[in-house]
Amino acid sequence: MNTADQYLKTIYLIQNQEDGPASTGSIADALDVSPASANEMIGKLEGRGLADHEKYKGVTLSEEGIVRARDALQTYCIIERFLANVLGVEEFRAEARQLEAVIDDTVADRLDTIIDREPECPDCFDAEADACACLEAAFEGAD
Amino acid sequence: MSVGNRITSDDQLARLLQIGIVLEEVVEARAYHHYSSLDAELDAAVEDLLEHAAEESADHRRRLEDLIEDLDVESVPFDEIEGLVEARYGRTQPDDFDGVLYDALCNEETAYKFYDDLIEAIEASDAEFSVNREELIATLSAIREEEAEGVEEVTAIMEKR
Repeated sequence: MNTADQYLKTIYLIQNQEDGPASTGSIADALDVSPASANEMIGKLEGRGLADHEKYKGVTLSEEGIVRARDALQTYCIIERFLANVLGVEEFRAEARQLEAVIDDTVADRLDTIIDREPECPDCFDAEADACACLEAAFEGAD
Repeated sequence: MSVGNRITSDDQLARLLQIGIVLEEVVEARAYHHYSSLDAELDAAVEDLLEHAAEESADHRRRLEDLIEDLDVESVPFDEIEGLVEARYGRTQPDDFDGVLYDALCNEETAYKFYDDLIEAIEASDAEFSVNREELIATLSAIREEEAEGVEEVTAIMEKR
């Protein structure tokens, strides 16, 4: 997943949690980058018509941005579910965060053929838990 | 969350190589599945292609396993993964993709993309791995090259049809 998609996914999750625009600070915190780096990428996303940045309010994704963010979130869910259910990785959240930048969505699509994902994905993703709500239950049940 | 595609430890590298093994298992399973279930409808060139794809995937998997063995990480249960992939693959529908050739092309392209991203991430990293970096990149580059050749082979057959 490229850097732009990681930003879109993060903005989407914060936007949903806040029920409004995502602040640059919260985006930078979530991605563990400097506010300057976050601002630079937000500017690029705005230039591509994927987001709208209003000073002092925050960032709101465009319709196209939301579609791409949901695709990116789905890719992330595939990686988490693959790590947890196929490879049996207990620290699947931490590892998914480490590996998501290296796993392309075409690769994730292939991994998706051997995992069971709920039809409501990615709406079942719990931003606070940083994991699919359904996956949590499945993983604990497997222990 | 980490932004940017760098690999920072043996564990991360091992996990990515392990994902490569699973991808190869999927390719092998799909190729054998098509080879055994659809061979009556296929011509010799496609049969050869699928047989070659399955053999190549098995070879790639062994080379990835050798790399993981040389890393300073806890061993991973390959046998379990193999069984799991086969079991999971058996539950998917054979018409998941538009056709055998399209599926083969998708396999080769996906594998190429995976190794390309992996090599880029290793080259971008300044981490010290417990395997020789040059040998690691040489092995992965050779595998990537074979995947690129695979894309060309499938494309050539598709163009003839």
